[in-house]
Parts: sequence; C-alpha cells; structure tokens
Amino acid sequence: MGPAQSFTPIAPRPAPIQTDGLLPWIRANLFGNWQTTTGTLILGGLLLWLLPQVISWTLLRAVWVPNAEACRVDGAGACWGVITEKYRLIIFGRYPFEEQWRPLIATALLLALLVASCARPFWKSWLVLLWAGVLAIFFTIMFGGVLGLSRVETDRWGGLPLTILLASLSIAMAFPIALVVALGRRSGLPAIRSVCTIYVELIRGVPLISVLFMASFMFPLFMPQGFSIDVLIRVLVGITVFAAAYMAEVIRGGLQAIPKGQVEAAATLGLSYWQTQRKIVLPQALAMVVPGIMNGFISTFKDTSLVTIVSLYELTGAMGLALNSDADWRPFKIEGYLFIAMIYFTFCFSMSRYSHWVEKQVNKSKQR
Amino acid sequence: MTRQAPPRKKKISWRSQAFRGLVYQILAVTAIGLAIWFLAHNTATNMRLRGIQSGFDFLTSAAGFDIGESLYPFDSGEAYWRAFLIGVTNTLRVAVLGIILTTVIGTLIGVGRFSRNALVRGLCTTYIEVFRNIPILLQLLMWYLLFTELLPASTEPMVLGPLFLSKGGLNFPIPIWASGHLWAAGGLVAGMGLAWWQRRRAIQAFERTGLPSSMFWKPLAIVVAAGLAGWLLGGAPLALDSPKQGEFAIENGGSLTPEFLSVLLGLTIYTAAFVAEVVRSGIQSVPRGQAEAASALGLNQAQEMRLVMLPQALRVIIPPMTNQYLNLTKNSSLAVAIGYPDVVSIANTAINQTGRAVECISVIMLVYLSTSLATSLLMNWYNARAAIKER
Repeated sequence: MGPAQSFTPIAPRPAPIQTDGLLPWIRANLFGNWQTTTGTLILGGLLLWLLPQVISWTLLRAVWVPNAEACRVDGAGACWGVITEKYRLIIFGRYPFEEQWRPLIATALLLALLVASCARPFWKSWLVLLWAGVLAIFFTIMFGGVLGLSRVETDRWGGLPLTILLASLSIAMAFPIALVVALGRRSGLPAIRSVCTIYVELIRGVPLISVLFMASFMFPLFMPQGFSIDVLIRVLVGITVFAAAYMAEVIRGGLQAIPKGQVEAAATLGLSYWQTQRKIVLPQALAMVVPGIMNGFISTFKDTSLVTIVSLYELTGAMGLALNSDADWRPFKIEGYLFIAMIYFTFCFSMSRYSHWVEKQVNKSKQR
Repeated sequence: MTRQAPPRKKKISWRSQAFRGLVYQILAVTAIGLAIWFLAHNTATNMRLRGIQSGFDFLTSAAGFDIGESLYPFDSGEAYWRAFLIGVTNTLRVAVLGIILTTVIGTLIGVGRFSRNALVRGLCTTYIEVFRNIPILLQLLMWYLLFTELLPASTEPMVLGPLFLSKGGLNFPIPIWASGHLWAAGGLVAGMGLAWWQRRRAIQAFERTGLPSSMFWKPLAIVVAAGLAGWLLGGAPLALDSPKQGEFAIENGGSLTPEFLSVLLGLTIYTAAFVAEVVRSGIQSVPRGQAEAASALGLNQAQEMRLVMLPQALRVIIPPMTNQYLNLTKNSSLAVAIGYPDVVSIANTAINQTGRAVECISVIMLVYLSTSLATSLLMNWYNARAAIKER
C-alpha cells in the first residue's frame, strides 16, 4: 500500500453571478455593452427632458374647469375644461340633449353584451338569440316612437353609440358573408369561384371612402322609385361589404392551411360537403386565423370613423361638430382630439389584448 | 355466376355531383344577373325621372374650380380630365413618398423590438401600440390641426437651420440649376455601371476562390465617388435658392403645403406601426438555428444578416408588406378630409358641381384598382424572385 492519501478539498467555486432581480436585469438590458449604454444614456436623457414637460402640460398645469378664459392664461397647460364642458356633445353627438339617457342605457347594454360575448361561458348557441334581443331593445330605446318615448330619427344619432353600433353590427354581418365568400373562392364550381374572386378583388382594390361615397350618393339611385333607405343602413351596408371582403381573405388563408388529407378523410367517412366544412375544415381553419380575424375587427372599428366624411356624426364627427361651431372653445380642439383618441385606443387596445387571449384558448390543443 | 354490368351512370340526375354543381352555378349566376339588372334598371329609371345626365362627356368641359397644389400649373378654365390627372399625380406623389418613408421607419422600429437595450424595445413597442390603435383619419386631422393652428404664422416662422416651418408649410432650399448638376448625374450613371461591373467581378472571384469581398460598400463607394467626380468636373455648383422671410410670407426656395405634410406624416407614421409588426414577424419566422449555423460557418454578423437571415425573412415579409403598401395608397384617399387635392377630393368636388356621381366614383375606383393591380404585379414579381427555389 502506498502512502496514506490525505483528503484535501478543492477550492470552492465562486457563487454563480446573480441573473435575476432588478439590478442584474438593468445591467443586462440597459448597460450591457458600450453601444447599449450609449443608447440608454441618449434615450434616457431625452425621456428625462421630455416626460416632465408632457406631465406638466397634461396634468400639473392643466385646467380642468370649463372656463375658456382660464385656459387662455399664459402658461396654462392642457385645457381639459373643454371636455368637461362639451363631453355630452362629443359622446352623444346631435341626439336631443334631454333624451341622452337613452343612448347611454342602450350603449351600456350593447357594451355589456359585447363584453359578455367575449367570455367563455357565453359561447353557446343562445348567444345569437341574446344578440337579437339586445339589438331589438337597442333600436327601440334609440329610435323611440313607442312606450311614450319620443321619436328620434337616425340622422340625429351620433357619437360613441353610433361608433359602437356601426362597428358591432357590420362585424357581425360581415363574418357570415366572409365565411361563405371564402368557401366560394375555394369551391370547385368555376362560376361561383369567379364571382367570389371578383367581389373580393374589386372591393380590396378600392378605398373604403369610395365604397362609402357609393353608399351615400349612388345607393338611392339603385332603389326602386319611391323607396328610400335610411342613410345609417346604407352606410352600414357599405362598411359590411367592405369588411367582408377583407375577412374573406383572412379566412381563405386558414382554409388553405388545412391539409388535403383532412377533407379526404371526411369524404371517406361519408360526410357531405357542408358537413365536412362545418365539422372538419372550419373549426381548424378558424382557430388558425383568430389573430387575423381580430385584426379585421379592430380595423373595422377604426374604419367607422370614416363615416364622418359622408356626414354621419360618429365619435370623430361629433367631436368636430361640438367644437367647430363654438369660437370660445375651438382653439382647444387638440384636447378634444386627444380625448377621443384615448377612447379609440382603449377599445382597440383591449380588443388586441383579448385577441391574444382567444388565440391561447383556441390553440390549447396544440400546447404541450 | 355472371357478373352484372354496373348500372349505367345517369348524367342528368340529382345524384350526379357534376349535374348538381351545374344547377347551383346556373342558379347563382342567374340570381346575380337579375340583381344587377334590377339595380341598373332602377338607376336608369331614377336618373331619367330626376333628369340626371349621364356619360363621361363632362370630362372635356371646363372644371371651373381651382386646385390648391399641383405638380404643374392648372387654372379653373381647364377641363375636368386635367383636374383628375392632377388628383392622380397628387395621390401618387404622397403614396410613393409615403411608401419609401414608411419602409425605412417601419423597418427600423421592427428591428428595434429585438434590441438589447430595454429602453429601445419599450419605446418601439409603445410606438406600435399607440399609433396602430388610433384611427388614421383622427391622426390625419390631428396632424393637420398641428400644422395649421399650433405652428407660428408665416410672418414669424420657426427657423431650423435652412428650413422654415410655419402655418404656411415647410420651406426648404433647393439647388439652383446649373450644368454642373448634369455632370454629377452623368457621373452617377457611370458610377452605377462601374459598380455593377465591380460587383459581378466580386461574385465571380467569390465563386472561384471562395473569398468573400464587399458587395455593398465597395459598389456604393464607387457610385458616390463617380458622382462627386462628375460634380467637381462640372465646376462644383453650390448655389442654393434658400427661402427667406418676406413681408407677408416666406419667399423663394421649395415649399411643401401643410396639407401635403399632414397627409404624408399621418400616413407614414400610421403605416410604419404596421410595417414594424410585419418586419418583426418576418425576422421571428427564421429559426434561431439558422443564425447559429451561420456563425458556426464563420460568417460575421453583417454577412449572417445579409446572406442567411434576410433572404429567409423576406419571403415571409413581402406579401404582408405589399398589403401595407396598398393600404397606404388607399388610405391616402382620406386626404379629402383635410383638403389635400388628391383624386378623391377632386372627384368629390366634381360630383358636387356636375352631379355625375356614378361617373366620378367609377373614376376613383378605376384609379385605385389600377394602382393596386400595378403594385401587386410589381410585388408579385419581386416575391417570385425572393421565393424559395425548390427543385
């Protein structure tokens, strides 16, 4: 036996560098190397210089009371008083002032339904009936003429209720049309395929504004003598036709991604064309294109602002209407625009967050 | 046992798929034909009853209105078709400039979302979320308000070096025409030829020896040097026509109207948010292994981007990018809301003056349809070049 070996432990290894926590994060993400550090210093400096000015203008020096004189004082910041003064005109447009509780209730109802439709427990077939019911109530309250409510013609409707109505109705009507057109473009019947293709390409080739011009100038000519259609419905049809063409392309993208084997397997099982589409193809295709469909919803919501140009006073138009006629408040239009921009942002941003959530829900089967 | 022949297929039977298909198609075409006939008939009747004249003959009669800005002079006595032509050039001007600017800004912001710097990432994300969630019309109106109300009057403009910014728009110096500029242009053309030749030689050398050499910076340097040489040969003309403060307005120099600036800025900033998302998803679509493989092969970071990542990302990027370009062009029609005389705005005036809605709207649609078609054809050609080459 050799000499007894004595046990000498090796020197302890240094503790690993801490990689989580605030300080290491800052080191890695803001001061990682010299380029990052320079970027941080320049951008951070700019932000430190700009942010206080922005905060001071929007909050600290802002005037909140509806007093146009106070807003004109030198050094006054944002004049939010214009909102306090005009918010009912901006939000409800030309709807009769004393009756504005009606659009308030109707919109609240419609919004509640919209939010409810986004939650899983409501994804049942009776949701369609609920929609029909709520829309009936919406139009009854808004239109009046019954139950002792005075009649308010649609040309007096305006503001946020009109925006939400136009957006939700045109989305709801465009979706089924888009489904049919998307299936039609992939149909084996040449006549149907070409009709759908022409429709989609024609509409996608022109701007929405020309479709709206058509709805407002040419639609009356299309109708038989002595038969006139309300401008609201004409515009609604215009937006729907437009949105459906874009949505059809999104859905077609999903349909194309379904492997042929799926359809062939369905045919082997003896399913008919419509059974195949409804039970095999569409559930997979639609799940795949959820982000695209939600993007379509968001852009339709934003597109409703264009009806201002054909003189329907939705949110953007109502805002112009509220301030253009009033010389006292007209200089503070930028605050008004910021206010409605915030409303649009809230709606669109929550829709895009919701779309992320839905995407996760429908792709649950693919997650491991 | 004898085999029986299968029952003969009946051609005309509801059980035959071909027959059913034929019936469906005939039904659909008839229904659509009837609907179109119904609408056309109503339109014709209505127009007769209301005494609306139709036809495109009005295009040759005098327009009778002035146009705020145009690339070439126009007065109200000229024909409608000339007015429409000015509208088209104005639309194209804003669309082409917008597409170039939006590609640059959008790409920078899209790449910025991958930055190592958290501040850059955060700012890029904020930009995208803010600008794409506010309607373009509202943004255009806000820019227009900014340019027409919040800027100082043109009697006391903001002076930014050689630039004058005021309610009257942006005034900037333009070089005064001299023959030296022609020399410079000639130099540039010669440089391009030289650069092309150099690049071909570099590619040949690479294929022969496997040694990469610069295929971007060297040709670029050749072009710039040749341009400069031409300019120097031509006597290096430096004279500029700078704007200066006049009594009532800013005189001399080139100018851009507030309408044009609002439309251009609004469209660029809005579309850049979408382009940034397109670029981001394109870059994300390239698997990380590709970058790792590229660096394992010894490519440097620039080569890795240019030779490996970009060609693959472009395949994903081009189709949605085309859509964004088309969207920008179509959104330029919103210029009507702030009075920039694009084709829609001119058609709108023409409708109000002549009452020929059908004709004017068809002109708008024709213009946009042909622009869209041309852009898609161009981008499809580019896409086919960038597409995966399969055996």
